[in-house]
Amino acid sequence: MFAQVAFSWDWDYALDTLPKIARGLWQTVVATIVGISIGMVLGLVLALLRRSRHRIIRWPTIALIEFVRSTPLLVQLFFIFYVLPNFGVVLSPFVALVLGLGIHYGTYTSESYRAGIENVEVGQWEAATALNLSAATTWSRIVLPQAIPTVIPALGNYLVAMFKDAPLGFAIAAGGILLEAQAEASRSFRPMEPYTIMGVLFLAVSIPAAFFVRYLERRYGYERV
Amino acid sequence: MSESDGPRDMVRLEKINLSFGENHVLKDLDLTVAPSEKVVIIGPSGSGKTTILRVIMTLNRPDSGCVIIDGRHLYHEERDGQLVPAREKHVREVRTDISMVFQHFNLFPHLTALQNLTLAPMKVLGLTREEAEERGMELLKRVGLADKASQFPGQLSGGQKQRVAIARALAMRPKVMLFDEPTSALDPELVGEVLAVIKDIALEGKTTMMLVTHEMGFAREAADRVLMFDSGRIIEEGTPEQVLKDPVHDRTRAFLRAVLSH
Amino acid sequence: MLSANQIQALLEGVSLTLRVFALAAVLGTVLALLFGIASLSDNRVLRWVSRIYVEVARGASAVVLLFYAAFAVPILLGVRSGRSFVFWAAVVALGVNMGGYGAEVVRTGIQSVPRGQTEAAISLNLRFIDRLRHVTLPQALVVMLPPYGNLSIEVLKATALVSLVGLADLTAEAQNLRVQRAVSGPRAATSLAIFGTALVFYFVMAQLLALLFRWLEQRLAGDWYRGRS
Repeated sequence: MFAQVAFSWDWDYALDTLPKIARGLWQTVVATIVGISIGMVLGLVLALLRRSRHRIIRWPTIALIEFVRSTPLLVQLFFIFYVLPNFGVVLSPFVALVLGLGIHYGTYTSESYRAGIENVEVGQWEAATALNLSAATTWSRIVLPQAIPTVIPALGNYLVAMFKDAPLGFAIAAGGILLEAQAEASRSFRPMEPYTIMGVLFLAVSIPAAFFVRYLERRYGYERV
Repeated sequence: MSESDGPRDMVRLEKINLSFGENHVLKDLDLTVAPSEKVVIIGPSGSGKTTILRVIMTLNRPDSGCVIIDGRHLYHEERDGQLVPAREKHVREVRTDISMVFQHFNLFPHLTALQNLTLAPMKVLGLTREEAEERGMELLKRVGLADKASQFPGQLSGGQKQRVAIARALAMRPKVMLFDEPTSALDPELVGEVLAVIKDIALEGKTTMMLVTHEMGFAREAADRVLMFDSGRIIEEGTPEQVLKDPVHDRTRAFLRAVLSH
Repeated sequence: MLSANQIQALLEGVSLTLRVFALAAVLGTVLALLFGIASLSDNRVLRWVSRIYVEVARGASAVVLLFYAAFAVPILLGVRSGRSFVFWAAVVALGVNMGGYGAEVVRTGIQSVPRGQTEAAISLNLRFIDRLRHVTLPQALVVMLPPYGNLSIEVLKATALVSLVGLADLTAEAQNLRVQRAVSGPRAATSLAIFGTALVFYFVMAQLLALLFRWLEQRLAGDWYRGRS
């Protein structure tokens, strides 16, 4: 079973592929940033919908959140990329990817927003009522400004997590570090160098990012939901 | 660090030093306790009195010095005639003779009272389940809690918990029993039942006991010797009459006045 | 909707998904316990090794580990990357990834047990192993179960990634059906039905897993936990 393959690391080749894979890394980073932006907004929307007094809004929202959270992102990407065109929605791979990331992580962030909102003391709501503030003002000036800072560390966490999922764009040809690495590997029949560089570059971004998020957690006194 | 001639001390601390960061808690401490002696240690908080017990129980390692239990070094062992830091195996062997009762009981909440008592005898002393349960029930009877054998600590009062904790410590048949403020965490009306059990052990005679406590009444009735601790040193020692009724040191006087005025 | 054959194909995929998940979960749990406990050791080397493992196992996403294990590692070992190898490579990659997250859950769980418990166990002269088994872990377990349940569901979802390295799991079977459909013509099931069904299968598996953990929490917590003061 163990054939005697003489494996030697080719530095020239490695350095040759570096720029291509780095470009892939950049694509992944861009996708992550766009994705988290969508996710942050969508999460807030979902959180607000979930708090609706009307069951007809609340229940489908809860069902959607639970369904999306319980199923793999990859399959959701396939769904967006292959199923939606049958309904007239044709998206480019990149858009499909960031949409998929945004929806998937939107459901996660919606739970964080929900916790943040619920953690705002009842007294704040009561004071707003006593001052006769409108719902819009109560939300925009009183509640959300207090709820959102506590959500920031969680958002940071999801940003890092999303970065780890963004390479999946590879599966729907949406670029990214994995796509570049894999393309290189199949082109040159030398998987070792591209994949190793991919791994190293990837860790070089995700580990410092994780440390930064932990710093955010300490600064904002984050309590794990 | 020599073997003493004549009657051997049960517990002997030689030049113990221990600092927590900047805080030099135990300073060159020398202390001996004779077999079957009952010693009560009093003093203000932060004086280091609890730390002495913890050093003996190996919960805190001293920075320097020796602890000798019944003639055997606790933290050191002899190899080729030299005294070297002991391996875990050796520490465990000597630690067998020591047991401790904690201020906050530290009963295992996921085990019943009886199971709390049988765990260590089975795992450490190698008793069979029957033997361990027999011993356990005997001890529960002795502390007046035989009917609580299958109850969980969460269902017991503070006084009951501490009595079970004492029984648990006794189940190991230790030569030395350490009590770290055993009644300080109890409601006042529950203190008596626990002190009664401790007094019972004291009167029975054989066990060497070291207690850190504020219960002066108990000290007067049951202690052979009282030590006043302050800032890492023993500043006064003697019989209960000497130290409690007629202290020499001003510090002791001040402390006793503060404690007894409650 | 889907034909019986197609449903069967998807179910075969489910079978592989569950097999990969179960094996990866076992490996992940073993690693989580090992490194979680090691990270609390007195030994500095053990602590450092655990720290590095946790950072790398978590920092590298499952997909990166998967590709590396399936395609780069065979070269290192001088082995042919056949189906059987890729299967085990996937199990190891997912297990290692899970272990990184799991180790943190274990560590937090153990640290949540009050220090007095360990001290009482030491005072009774219990060996380290016995302390862990009879005093620390039973109490830590109750704290660990909910986050560990969430983690398991994440791993289940991550198994979908093995379709990218050539294993015939549920996702791969769904992709297959989609491709076949393109040549089958108008009577074939829509891709909505295919991926929709696949999503539902995953959903059901995830919910069952969640139920399992809730049941475990009930059973292991027991009377003592509820009465705890």
